[in-house]
Amino acid sequence: MELHPLTIFVAAVFTHNIALTYLLGMCPLLAMSKQQSTATGMGIAVILVMVITAAINWALLHYILIPTGSAVMSYLVFIIVIASVVQLLEMLIEKFFPRLQSSFGIFLPLITVNCTILAISLFMVLRDYTFWQTIFFAFGSGVGWCLAITIIAAVREKMALVSDVPDGLKGAGITMVVAGILALAFMGFSGMVSVQ
Amino acid sequence: MTTFFVINGLLVVIAIILLLAEKFLITYGECSININGDRKIELMGGDNLLAYLNVHKIFIPSACGGKATCGFCKVKVLSGAGSILPTEEAYVTKKEAEEGMRLACQVKVKSDVEIQMPEYLLGAEEFQAEIADLTSVTHDIKVVKIKLSGSRTMSFNPGQYIQLKILGTDEYRAYSIASSSYVTDGLELIIRLVPGGLCSTYVHKALEKGDNIIFTGPFGDFYLREDSERDIIAIAGGCGMAPIRSIILHLAEKGMPRKFYYFFGARTTRDLFYTKWLREMEAKFPNFKYIPALSEPTPKDRWDGEVGFVTQVSEKYIDPDRDKEAYLCGPPPMIDAAIMTLTKRGIAPENIHYDKF
Repeated sequence: MELHPLTIFVAAVFTHNIALTYLLGMCPLLAMSKQQSTATGMGIAVILVMVITAAINWALLHYILIPTGSAVMSYLVFIIVIASVVQLLEMLIEKFFPRLQSSFGIFLPLITVNCTILAISLFMVLRDYTFWQTIFFAFGSGVGWCLAITIIAAVREKMALVSDVPDGLKGAGITMVVAGILALAFMGFSGMVSVQ
Repeated sequence: MTTFFVINGLLVVIAIILLLAEKFLITYGECSININGDRKIELMGGDNLLAYLNVHKIFIPSACGGKATCGFCKVKVLSGAGSILPTEEAYVTKKEAEEGMRLACQVKVKSDVEIQMPEYLLGAEEFQAEIADLTSVTHDIKVVKIKLSGSRTMSFNPGQYIQLKILGTDEYRAYSIASSSYVTDGLELIIRLVPGGLCSTYVHKALEKGDNIIFTGPFGDFYLREDSERDIIAIAGGCGMAPIRSIILHLAEKGMPRKFYYFFGARTTRDLFYTKWLREMEAKFPNFKYIPALSEPTPKDRWDGEVGFVTQVSEKYIDPDRDKEAYLCGPPPMIDAAIMTLTKRGIAPENIHYDKF
């Protein structure tokens, strides 16, 4: 049975959240979740890059790489596409939305090596998704990642005000604990939809 | 074979798209940098503020080569730089950020920018020089004598520092000048070998007599205040000797007009240096007193001087009835402890000058 793109979207956001069930993209999740505003900014940037690269990579894979028998080079192409899209996006944002650029700062280029982005392209190959499935999967995963980092940032902001975190747990330590508890909470969604 | 052409074709297409994008998207046109309202630099935008200032021979302290890892290149930006970047937040305090303080290396010039910086920074220049001599004075400290190339001279206030360029990199390291401000055609630095330290390793292991070097300077608001008659208390540790030595040499030239207590902290006797010179100064000038303190003397040292942390030792000597000012140079924990001790002893914070490294 072919999965409906919307099912995939819901699964990607909740039941198979890329950050909380696959533990991908941990580095920015830990580093960027201090402030809610930057976390949301990063999340939106990830959604944007994820959808665009997934679309381009899907098209390249199915219209160029597979027909010419070059699928063996797909990793190389995916990585280069991701890097170029980020570069292009940075130039576009800098030109047309300078204010947004200053709030992204160094983080937009860092998305190049955010493993969630590559993971989307790899999962799309692995699960043999159609174009629309891929788009919704990418969009859903982006939204899911954005949701995770935003919630973690909100919790951390609140904790900074009221919690007495032991010295040894401060910083990344307590953030891992928060992410873990959040992942447990997200397990509550499982059974809602099932993919794979 | 097809794969080869396909991949190459893709790469070429991507490269062309990016190059076109760069050509059409990245154009900032002519911008200007206005410094303190009286100097204007015209330039084509796109690069960072630090780079432009360097090109125009305005040298502001920077150690990391524009990577936002040293936090030295702070300038006050009045307008035209947008909001502060997350990369700067580690180095710019909230209060400084409100005043418009930014790291010059992180400010991309895309429009007209107005900045404000202290006058003494505008006096800094770049110098070519030659290593005249290198001497080990302790097991890990070398004194480096530098001779300026050509007939150039550099005047500085005793206590200021220069930034030595590490050849082959974009990085600089700051070192206080240890020689007299009356000598203007050369200078001396005191450099301790820091394990794993880039510049100190370069100086200790690679530099030889006769080598050419580049440095910028002089920098710093840590220098002898000559408009006062107060007693001077100097507390230093390790290479903190350097600026204090410059101050002593300067005052010696004038016959040591003020009372001067110099407390020097070290672990054991093998960390003490310039002892003979300092004792000679003591003999020559009754106003000058040198008090070394060892924190961990071993029986081998046969030490009969002061024992303990230099800040605790200094406390005993401070005469609360006289008007004093203090010059502190050494590692941050030492400085923090010294500031606490001195303020407790009634020295006003504005009369405590320090240089942490």
